[in-house]
Amino acid sequence: MMEVSPGAESSRPDHVALRGVTKRYGGVTALEDVDFSCALGSIHAVLGENGAGKSTLIKIMSGVVQPSAGEMFLDGAPVSFPNPHAANDAGVVCIFQELSLLPDLSVADNISIGDPPRRFGMIDARAQRRRAESLLARIGCEDVNPLLNVRDLPLSRRQMVEIAKALAKDPTVLILDEATSALTAADVDRVFEILRLLRDDGISILTISHRMHEIEAVADRCSVFRNGRHIDTFDQGARSADEIVQMMIGREIAAQFPEKQQTPHPDTVLEIDHLSWEDRLKSVTLSAGEGEIIGLGGLDGQGQKELLLALFGVLKGVSGAVRIGGSAVALTSPRNAKSAGVRMALIPEDRKTEGLMLPMSITDNLVISSLDALSNGLFVDRKALETAVDDGVARMQIKVGSVDDPVSTLSGGNQQKVVIAKWLLTDPKVILLNDPTRGIDVGTKQEIYKLLRALAADGAAILFYSTDYEELIGCCDRVAVMYDGAIVTVLAGDAITETNIVASALNIEAQDAAKTVAGGPEATP
Amino acid sequence: MTDAVRNSAGESRFGLGPEDKPILVASGFVLVILAIGTAYTLVTQGSATLLSPTYLLQQLQVGAFLGIVAAGMMLVILLGHIDLSVPWTLAAAAMMATAVGGGAAIPVGLAVGLLVGLVNGFGVAYLRIPSMIFTLGVNAVMRGLMVAHTGGFAPQTAATDLMQWLAVGKVLGVPAALLVWAAISVGVVLLLNRTATGRYIYAIGNKEAAAYLAGAPTRRVIITAFALCGMAAGLAGTLLAGYSTKAYQGMGDAYLLPAIAAVVIGGTHILGGKGRYLGTLIGVILIVLLNSVLSIMQMPEAGRQVIYGGVIILMLLVYGRGQKVTQ
Amino acid sequence: MNTATGSSDLRIRIRQNAGLLTAIAVFLVFYIFYNANHPRGFSNAVLIQNSNEVFTLAMVAMAQTVPVLLGGLDLSVGAIMTLVNTLASHVMNGSPLQMLGGALLCLATGALCGFFNGCVVVFGRIQPIIATLATGAIFIGIALFLRPSPGGDVDGDLSWAATNDLLEVAATYGFAEGGEAAWFQPIAWIPVPLLILIAMGALVWLPYARSVTGRTVYAIGSGEGAAYMSGLNIERAKISAFTMGGFFAGVGGLYLALQTSSGNADIPQAGAYTLNSIAAVVIGGTSLLGGAGGAIGSIFGALVLRTISFNFRIFEFDPLLQPLFEGVVLLTAVSLGALRVLRVRNTLELFR
Repeated sequence: MMEVSPGAESSRPDHVALRGVTKRYGGVTALEDVDFSCALGSIHAVLGENGAGKSTLIKIMSGVVQPSAGEMFLDGAPVSFPNPHAANDAGVVCIFQELSLLPDLSVADNISIGDPPRRFGMIDARAQRRRAESLLARIGCEDVNPLLNVRDLPLSRRQMVEIAKALAKDPTVLILDEATSALTAADVDRVFEILRLLRDDGISILTISHRMHEIEAVADRCSVFRNGRHIDTFDQGARSADEIVQMMIGREIAAQFPEKQQTPHPDTVLEIDHLSWEDRLKSVTLSAGEGEIIGLGGLDGQGQKELLLALFGVLKGVSGAVRIGGSAVALTSPRNAKSAGVRMALIPEDRKTEGLMLPMSITDNLVISSLDALSNGLFVDRKALETAVDDGVARMQIKVGSVDDPVSTLSGGNQQKVVIAKWLLTDPKVILLNDPTRGIDVGTKQEIYKLLRALAADGAAILFYSTDYEELIGCCDRVAVMYDGAIVTVLAGDAITETNIVASALNIEAQDAAKTVAGGPEATP
Repeated sequence: MTDAVRNSAGESRFGLGPEDKPILVASGFVLVILAIGTAYTLVTQGSATLLSPTYLLQQLQVGAFLGIVAAGMMLVILLGHIDLSVPWTLAAAAMMATAVGGGAAIPVGLAVGLLVGLVNGFGVAYLRIPSMIFTLGVNAVMRGLMVAHTGGFAPQTAATDLMQWLAVGKVLGVPAALLVWAAISVGVVLLLNRTATGRYIYAIGNKEAAAYLAGAPTRRVIITAFALCGMAAGLAGTLLAGYSTKAYQGMGDAYLLPAIAAVVIGGTHILGGKGRYLGTLIGVILIVLLNSVLSIMQMPEAGRQVIYGGVIILMLLVYGRGQKVTQ
Repeated sequence: MNTATGSSDLRIRIRQNAGLLTAIAVFLVFYIFYNANHPRGFSNAVLIQNSNEVFTLAMVAMAQTVPVLLGGLDLSVGAIMTLVNTLASHVMNGSPLQMLGGALLCLATGALCGFFNGCVVVFGRIQPIIATLATGAIFIGIALFLRPSPGGDVDGDLSWAATNDLLEVAATYGFAEGGEAAWFQPIAWIPVPLLILIAMGALVWLPYARSVTGRTVYAIGSGEGAAYMSGLNIERAKISAFTMGGFFAGVGGLYLALQTSSGNADIPQAGAYTLNSIAAVVIGGTSLLGGAGGAIGSIFGALVLRTISFNFRIFEFDPLLQPLFEGVVLLTAVSLGALRVLRVRNTLELFR
């Protein structure tokens, strides 16, 4: 472990500090002998790959889990938090990645959930509402009616309510675990402004993010974690992005993306013809050739997911036509999309709820999409099933102990491989991917990129939605950028650049975009 | 890696693996019940009545009705649903079977069960109404239909000879009802472990969205499970009518909760997705033996109910403790 | 975007309480229709009779509501009601002080049964539906022990007073000049069960629902993980929810004893109350998934269910067809939830 770099700012006293903290889950060490501190009144970013121990770190700090060894100090005094409540009482408040809002309760209820204003032992609805209004105003969300149920708010507004809720606890230390991952660029800006305001109010802020440019935009200090260890802490700007990435993965980054095919794609596999749905998809027309990887870009929530779901038959009331290999297909259900004439596959957005049956075995998850093909007559052919499982494990190089173990015992990356392998077993012609690398470690990401290229080389047409535009640039033959339910630009070849993608994403002219990027990197998606 | 590693336990779904603690505990409890009952009869009657094959077979014959209902109920519970329409599905099947009589009696009984099951499945799979409440409504409708049909009294029609034979007859000394139950059991085991539908049932019980997105025919599977559950209740109804030579009001009331209890005692998770048929089988045997030991002891109804409830809680507490340790 | 105006507040509240408002509307339509066709419609006698008939189910429905709000289900509410009913048939007689003690014992027993349920669910980590299936058997067993065959001895005066209007209460116990006092007249017509029902709603349920613990019950039903993350006391709220359910069921059982002057450990009746309570909860607009709804809605759910039967009675409907029509109405009522499915444009939303 490296020493805290000498350049560390020493003028500010430590607000929260961990000494020698270790956390084990069963036989797995999630954090090992970590010394870490966060200075008073600063914004401190924590970086690291998945499994680096970031989540465990903040869970310990916010009382969700208790360390196996080591001590924590708040303003120099030793503290221990047996539960989140104790942490909150001490002024340490965490906004978790999974939203902690209660969808059936109102915004006002949610904001005051921990300690609502009371009269005669009963919750004082009016005082609660006033408090909600003032907190929402503090973060510039006056337009949210506190009476509304959280369920009825869009995702970005929910995140704001989440922040208001955290502020209601009057924190001195505010921890954000990927709090911006669901937000649009404009909302991210707003959150950052709020964070700076809070910092200036003397609140110490600890933030976890995977988006480097966001960290550059807002952090004062950065700490890098790797494999459960604290690697280094430095002032923002003291290290280059490359250095930071190297620290995170512990090795040089090899050529991240496999080489693109230079051949044209003459045979059209998938034709999307004026596809519309509700007000979320507006006359989308796109075609994909054999062996072509088409990226879907743009800000989050511009209809990319809906396009994939519509193609896969999940959405109802879709108008327009879809042709596969020249013949029109009906988009009625995933089962239909999987069927012989269509042969489509979808890697869904959320592998835990949409991609896998977590408690079931790896075998069961691998074969779930190909059970019909593996059945002869009434029964599943066990030999064929075992062959298929071996095939899936081998093709995706899934690291398994036993294929009869629950899939939940695998790491995130390997779980995602199971999802992909499941579809490979159906031999798809058209592959739809909904942000497949989100929350996946760098190593697995690279394997997935290679795999996509290999599948394309075998003749599949691939539609690849990603929130990470580096992926789009590195992986895709063409990139269709969506804005407000419509495709605004299709970029190809050398035109696939950060500037162009961002420009299209914001639906502005390229020149303006170049300025935007130069002026403020946080404006990018 | 060329060949994936497989657990020996997972390989033999019919054997006992480490996750089968509920089944082991329930089996142990069956032995405890037998021991207590035998000790009681040895002291009071000087004989081990309970352990005689004739007595055991007779108990299992009575248990067959519950066992058949529980087999169907298990399929629905594995999906994460429940079928509360069993009582009047069972009674309606019995009443219609005896009303029709002749060779058509048993097919009609099964058809009634199938029909109710299809309606339940439609309500749950297509209308997406919580099964708890939809099947409750269907139960009320079936009760209404039967009251209208019978005038609120036990129907005068009698069970056919075949129904009576299936319920009380014997093949080479083995009760026919037991053989029917065995045949159903084999069918359910094959369905759950060897067919695509069986795997889909588990998948839907675990995560319906994931199963749907994987291209599983989720609606068809849900309807199938409810239809089979309805048919199981219908079959139990026709057999029970054969056993008592006729159908009567409320004949199914005593089967709903014990069937759910048997499934759960056998280790099937009440929220679905997890459980093995062997457990349900042992759960049924446990409940049947518990009942018969209590009647040997001439336990009044009050004590039976208390013991019955206590046993379920006790067993689930034992399972629950185990789960906590493994987490 | 101007969503903070008064009219939009009202609209939000209406939308949030759509289930309750629908239940109230349906009840009013049915009940007015019933009275309009009743030979002695809109009379106090009819009102008294109806409130008697609806009270126990309304209480059991309230009892069911609290665990349902948690996202659970209490299959023992009918059994608790029955247990308290049999207990009341033993203790509700003697001197006024003895009867008061008896009544308190009954209510405490109901609450204790609920508390026991809560402990089994919380500390035993057993799913509510299966835990209460088992405890329900235990409670019924105790009820059978207390009252192996129907019967009992309930104070006649109290029974008369509790099942009539306030005028009769005053006449029985000789206050307000035997009910003839002028100041008493505006309230003399109120049936006692109706009064208790309103008191249970206004003085027990609403304060509970607005307490931090009650709010926690809603929070757990809405998302247990998020509720835990919000630092709420989950265990206390769960136990309190079941205890509250047991208390309401106990009130129902006590009243049933007064109404019938006896106790009866009737297993099918207990089951019927449990199942009807679930139906009443759903009709009253409480989500079986938990988190949304309330006990007031369940009262109206019970009212709707009972009013349907009242209507059958006056139309000299073939009594043999009555259960069928009740069943069809019940099935139709619960199937209305399916309208939601027609609006869903994204199939994935169906699975949440």
